Amino acid sequence: MVDQPLSDVRVLDLTWHIAGPYCTKLFADYGADVIKIERPGGGDPARGMGPFFGGDPHHEKSGLFLHLNTNKRSLTLGLKSETGKQIVKQLVKGADIVVENFSPRVMPGLGLDYGTLAAINPKLVMTSISNFGQTGPYRDFKASEPIIYGMGGAMCTTGLQDCEPVKKGGNLMQYSGGNQAAVATMIALYGVGTRGTGDHIDISLMEVQMGSIERRMSELLAYQYNNELTPRFDVAGLMQFPFGIFPCKDGYVDVAGGFMFIDRFESVLGVPLVERYGGINHFDLERREEFFSTLWYPWLMERTRKEVVEACQEGHVLCAPLNTSEDLLNEDHLKERGFWTEIDHPVVGKLTYTGRLARSEELPWVARRPAPLLGQHNEEILSELGYEKQDMVKLREMGVI
Amino acid sequence: MARLPLEGVWVASITPVWAGPFAEMLLADWGAEVIRVESLQYCPLGTRGPGPRQPKFAIEIVKGHYSAYLKEGYDDIEGRPWNRSCMFNQHGRNKLCCTMDLRRPKGREMFRRLIEVSDIFLENNMPRVMDSLDLSYKVLSEWNPKIVMLSMPAFGKTGPKSKNRTIGPQLDSYAGGTWVRGYLDRDVSSNSVVFHADEAAGMTAAFIMVMALHKRNRTGKGMFIDMAQVETAIPQFGEIIMDYTMNGRVQGTSGNRDPQGAIQGCYRCRGEDKWVSVTIRTDEEWQAFCRVLGNPEWARDERFSDALGRWHHHAELDKHIEEWTSQHDHFGVMFMLQREGVAAGPVEHPDDAFHDPQMKDRGFFEEVDHPECGTHLYPGLAWKMENTPNHIRRAAPRLGEDNEYVYKQVIGVSDAEYAELEKEGHIGMDFVPGLQIAKYKPE
Repeated sequence: MVDQPLSDVRVLDLTWHIAGPYCTKLFADYGADVIKIERPGGGDPARGMGPFFGGDPHHEKSGLFLHLNTNKRSLTLGLKSETGKQIVKQLVKGADIVVENFSPRVMPGLGLDYGTLAAINPKLVMTSISNFGQTGPYRDFKASEPIIYGMGGAMCTTGLQDCEPVKKGGNLMQYSGGNQAAVATMIALYGVGTRGTGDHIDISLMEVQMGSIERRMSELLAYQYNNELTPRFDVAGLMQFPFGIFPCKDGYVDVAGGFMFIDRFESVLGVPLVERYGGINHFDLERREEFFSTLWYPWLMERTRKEVVEACQEGHVLCAPLNTSEDLLNEDHLKERGFWTEIDHPVVGKLTYTGRLARSEELPWVARRPAPLLGQHNEEILSELGYEKQDMVKLREMGVI
Repeated sequence: MARLPLEGVWVASITPVWAGPFAEMLLADWGAEVIRVESLQYCPLGTRGPGPRQPKFAIEIVKGHYSAYLKEGYDDIEGRPWNRSCMFNQHGRNKLCCTMDLRRPKGREMFRRLIEVSDIFLENNMPRVMDSLDLSYKVLSEWNPKIVMLSMPAFGKTGPKSKNRTIGPQLDSYAGGTWVRGYLDRDVSSNSVVFHADEAAGMTAAFIMVMALHKRNRTGKGMFIDMAQVETAIPQFGEIIMDYTMNGRVQGTSGNRDPQGAIQGCYRCRGEDKWVSVTIRTDEEWQAFCRVLGNPEWARDERFSDALGRWHHHAELDKHIEEWTSQHDHFGVMFMLQREGVAAGPVEHPDDAFHDPQMKDRGFFEEVDHPECGTHLYPGLAWKMENTPNHIRRAAPRLGEDNEYVYKQVIGVSDAEYAELEKEGHIGMDFVPGLQIAKYKPE
């Protein structure tokens, strides 16, 4: 067996949906034994979320679930039953980490609060992920992607001035929360080694955004320092100097110019821009519009994404192609670096998944198993806890597993 | 104060702009001693603001467009503006900063001695920068075999794009993020820039560095880690990628809507540029929503009575919802709806955020005094730990602020050597005269 960095770590995973599972995915993919507790019957609600393999809304065919739960083992367990709670407590004894992302009242309501679990295992790291945190007036509030981004993140400066603010794509608020939870959990686990005791981490998705490098902290501080709110772009702002997304012959490119790079654009376009416009300090809106319509757009429209990127990079102008998911899968760079991985799954078969986060001989990332079928490891895990076959049958009859 | 979990971990870094500095911030917050190695001879664009000494007109050009990014902390660019940049001071808390010129032998020698006592070396430069400084893992591991070195260039250390120049927005576009965001009724080129890759890469690098220390505790071996920033962002679009690998389907933007079928949008409120996001998922939530509005005539329309009907008439519902929200305060809408179990939340400009009741109750913002900026509220720690109460311990370091401590206490140079290094321009608190990052045509 490959010695992965987290081969010596066991995680009791009480998470569902996206944020929690992304956190435990990072642990599982780097070797931790992650035991995922799912509700008997339906399991993780992510199993009911698309996209589905072949468009068939089957609980083993959710692309979201398949992506987020690689390398984990699944145990179905009714947490409301006493037997279910007993099994959780038994698992806590042998676990280094518990992660949960229920709403804040659920774990205490089940009698599975940090105090109770820490009494069983003082070295336990428990990570609680919620929308707004375990305390405070919003703790029971509901949320969604635009709500978290709008309240916590830099949504107020995302989009155009004359339109509503617009969220980021996909489920990035959830993913970021899970990513940050993994950092916190890893740090606390390291702290068990140096301090001898565990801890309880309180991750608030709103605060993850409020403390994000993704423009938000900078804009908050700009307001503190300058008493000035950063506006959303107007089109003129977007076109201040090539800085943004532009169409070309076969798609789009993303270019970061800015006034400081005028000499670089001179070499890319082969036009003496400084001389023509009297220097960037005279590059007013009228001259900018003239530049865009007579030089920049015509130059782009004659070139493919690949040609634009190559020409810009040669002239030291920051540039990348704008990729769809299809383009991304075809990128030579990622193929050559061995980023993608193939995983075989008993229901959906062999598919391409995203792979390791970093390359390092000392930190092997291994796809040991696909996302689990619902309850696939019930017997295996319960027998590890010492349950006999006939008990397992009883537990199933009682609806516990 | 409880012992912080990363106390005793020493990190040296050469990290421009955002992604690397965010990673080291997360470690510094929880006790790691992070020493930023900067230089008086070189000022990487965007790290401590736009550049060492910006001409006034350049500040004017960006004013109102990129104020938080390119403008210094103050309009005043006299003195040492590089110590007042929002771009730097947002993340600099709890770190130390020393200066040395790595291109000269003595600077390199000092850097070697710093690496000898470090656990981690972090850098997020273009590969050519480390190559030109001859600072490879091979070199560093000879100095300190136990060093964990994490390099995080945009595209990684290998592969055809490894030499490409980019910043956050281009990585978002490359990773497929730009394609799946933006307005439903506008072309993708209307998207404004986001820096999601810096967020993803910073967090992931912090995770990987501590994981590497965990492994090193077992094996005693140092290691090199090649982390491409873009590869940390791509997994966060997992379901969008799976839709392609499973079904060959290329997803586009869903605007502010919910792909799972809830009624969702960002709606105008009373006041200038005030907005609220609302998400209505279930029949119960829909009924509660109608109750809050006083069950208006339009809401009794048969077409809106079930989830599928509402989804099919989303645009029409948006108009009705906005008609109501536009009469109310954006925080008011949240409280009215959340009280009845409907998800809603205001779009918070910074002035809203500093007054937000949840942020206040949890003490998220912390007052910090900075010697050149005065006292301000700063975004606080990224999470709480129940047994480990924790706060910002000090403000972002000014350029070269910790030279004396780092050189004398950490590296261990004598007073005489220190004075010599100062005279030779390794140690100081000012960029060398005339250092400028861009070419401007003089007026």
